Amino acid sequence: MHGSGIPIWFFIGVMLFIYGLLILGYGLDELATGLYPAGVQLAQLHTPIWWGALLLLIGVIYLAKFRPRRSTK
Amino acid sequence: MMFSGLLVPSASPSHMLALGVAPLAHLRPLDIAVIAIYFGMVIWIGFYLKGKSNTSEEFFMAGREMTAWIAGLSFVSANMGSLELMGWAGSAYQYGILATHWYWMGAIPAMLFLGMVMMPFYYVSKTHSVPGYLDLRYGGGARTVAAVSFAAEMILMSGVNMFAMAVVMKVVLGWDITFSILVSSVAVALYVGLGGLRSAIFNEVLQFVLIWGGALLVPILGLVQAGGWDGLKARILTNLGNDNYLHLWRDTGHFSSNPMGVHWTGIVLGLGFVISFGYWTTDFLVVQRVLAAHNLRAARMAPIIGSFFKMAVPFIVILPGLLGLVLLQNGDGSRRQLVGEDVVKSCTASQNHVDDSAGCSAAMQKTNLTAENQQKVLSGGQELHSYNEALPLMMVRYCGPGLLGLGITALIAGFMSGMAGNVSAFSTVWTYDIYKPLINKTGSDSHYVAVGRMAIVIGVAISIGAAYLVMHAQGIMDYVQALFSFFIAPLLGAILMGMFWKRATAPAGFLGLLIGIVTSVGLFVWVKFNPEKLAVVALSPDAKPMAENLYRALWAFLVSVIVIFVVSLFTRPRPVEELNGLVYGATVLPKEDPVPFYKNAWAWAVLVVVLFAALNILFW
Repeated sequence: MHGSGIPIWFFIGVMLFIYGLLILGYGLDELATGLYPAGVQLAQLHTPIWWGALLLLIGVIYLAKFRPRRSTK
Repeated sequence: MMFSGLLVPSASPSHMLALGVAPLAHLRPLDIAVIAIYFGMVIWIGFYLKGKSNTSEEFFMAGREMTAWIAGLSFVSANMGSLELMGWAGSAYQYGILATHWYWMGAIPAMLFLGMVMMPFYYVSKTHSVPGYLDLRYGGGARTVAAVSFAAEMILMSGVNMFAMAVVMKVVLGWDITFSILVSSVAVALYVGLGGLRSAIFNEVLQFVLIWGGALLVPILGLVQAGGWDGLKARILTNLGNDNYLHLWRDTGHFSSNPMGVHWTGIVLGLGFVISFGYWTTDFLVVQRVLAAHNLRAARMAPIIGSFFKMAVPFIVILPGLLGLVLLQNGDGSRRQLVGEDVVKSCTASQNHVDDSAGCSAAMQKTNLTAENQQKVLSGGQELHSYNEALPLMMVRYCGPGLLGLGITALIAGFMSGMAGNVSAFSTVWTYDIYKPLINKTGSDSHYVAVGRMAIVIGVAISIGAAYLVMHAQGIMDYVQALFSFFIAPLLGAILMGMFWKRATAPAGFLGLLIGIVTSVGLFVWVKFNPEKLAVVALSPDAKPMAENLYRALWAFLVSVIVIFVVSLFTRPRPVEELNGLVYGATVLPKEDPVPFYKNAWAWAVLVVVLFAALNILFW
C-alpha cells in the first residue's frame, strides 16, 4: 500500500509463512513415518514438502521485504 | 459472483442443497488450523485498519492511496468468487474449452477499454461511485434509478453469496448451514465495518493469493497424471470421440455445432461487448477498486495488471474441469461421469437404493452414462456427482491434510470477499447516492462515516435474511441473478453515451436508462412465459438459454442508446464548459510526466492485446 503503515504484502507474508511451515512440517512427518492419506493420488511426489517449502520461501521473502519499518522522519 | 450469475453456468447452490449425500471431504485438525488462521488474519487486518478509516475518504475510498498492483489484484479478485470457480470448472467439464470465452473475450477487451479510455473520466471527475458519475453527467434522476437498483442488488447478492457459501460448505464438508452463515457474516461485518473499503481490498488481495496457493496444485498434478497437455488431448479424443472440447472458435459458426449452443456473433457482440463492457466498466463493485488508486496512472494500470491475471485464471478453473473429464474415477476404478444437478436430485439414494419414483431412470437416459453405471446408481452402488463438483472432487483427489485445508480456505475466502465487496459497495452507494442527497444533505464527515458503518452492519443483517429467504424459496435466486442482468446493459448505454457524446442530455439519460431496463425485464418475462420466443430474442430456433442472456443484453443496450440519441435531439444540452471532466472532447486531462516504456500503460496494454490474440489463435 502507498503511504505509511503495514503494507498488505506483509500480511500475505505472515500468512504464507505460517501455511508453508505447517504444510512443510506435515509433509516431512509424512515422509518420515511413511503414512500417506488414503485415496490421495500422486502421494509419491511428496507434494506437501515442495509446495509447503515454496509457500514458506515466498512468505520469508515477503516478510523480509515488506516488514514494517520505523519512520526516520 | 454477479458476472456468472448473469451468464448462467455458475454452480447453483439451491440445487446442490438437494444433493444431500455424504460430504465430499473430511477435514483433519491441520485443515481446521489452516482455516482458523485465515479467519484470524482477516479479523487482525480489520482491527489494524480501523485506525486508518476515520474520514469518509478513508472509509469509502480507502483514502485513494492504493498502488496499481493492489487496485489491480483487488479489481480482478472482486470477480473471482468461489461460485465462479466451481461453476466454470463444471462448465469446462460439460462444454470444454468454450467456457474460456468468459475469461478472455468476456473480460480482456473491456478491462483494457476501462483502463485506457474510460478511467480518466471516472478518475478526473472525482466521483465516489458510478451512480455518482451519472449524477454529475445527467442529474439526480438517473443517479437515483442507478443507486436504488444497485443497492438492492448488492444486498441481495450478498445474501446469495452467503447462502452459496453455506451450501458449498455443507456439500463439501457437511457443515451446518446456520453455522456457516453466522461465522461468515460476523467475520465480514467485523472486518469491513472496522476497516471500510481498505479492509475489503486487503482481503481481496489476500483471497487472490489464497486462490492461487490453494488451487494451482490441481492443474499441475492433474497434468502430471494425464501425461501433459498432449496426454490430456489424447485422452479426451479417446473418451469422447471428438475434439470439440478443445476449440474456442472453430465450432461457433452455427448454434447447433457446439455444445453450448452459442454463435460467434453472440460471443463477440453480446458477451464480448455489451455484457463484458457493462460489467467491467460500469459495475461499481469492480470500478470502486480502481477509483481507490492513488493517481491516474495507477488507476489506468490497475485494470491492465488485472487483465494479465484474468487471462491466467482458466489455468486454475477451466483446466481442472477438462482434467476431471478424463481423470476422475469411481471407487471401482472406472471413469467417473458427472451429470447435471437435476439428474443428481432425481437419483438421491436412501436406504442403499434409489427410489425411482423421482424419475431417476428417465433422467439418466438423457445423459451419456453407460447402462452399467446407470444400473449401479439405481442399486445404490454408485453415487452421482454434478458438474459443479468437478473442482472440489479434483481437490480431494490430489490434496492431503493441510493442502486440502488450503483449498477449502481459498473457497471460503472467495465467498467472504464476495460478500465484503457487496456490502462495502452497498455502504458507499447508500451513503453517497441515497442517504446524503435524499435524506440528510448537511451531515458532518464523521456522521457519514457512522452512517456507512451502520449501513455495513444493517446490510449484513439484511443479507442474512436474504440468505434464509433464498434457502426457503430457492427459485428466488435465479431472479436475483437475473435482476443484475436487467440493469447492466442499459447502464452501459447511458454511460457510454454520456461519456462520449457531448449532446446527450439529462432527460435522455434518465429515460434511456429506464426504458432500457424495462426492455430487458420485458424480454425476460416474455421468454419466461413463452419459452418458444427464445428463438425470436436470440435470432435462432437452435439457441440455448446461454444465448438468451447475450442477446437480451444486446437489445436492451441498443434500446437504451437509441432512446438517449432520439430524446437528446429534442431536448436542450448542457453547455460544453459544464462537461469538463465528464465527457470526451470536453475534458482537459491532467498532463502526465513522461515515463520509461516499462511504466507506460499503453505499452502494457499492447502486450495484453498481443497475448490475448495469441491465446485465441492457439486454441482456435
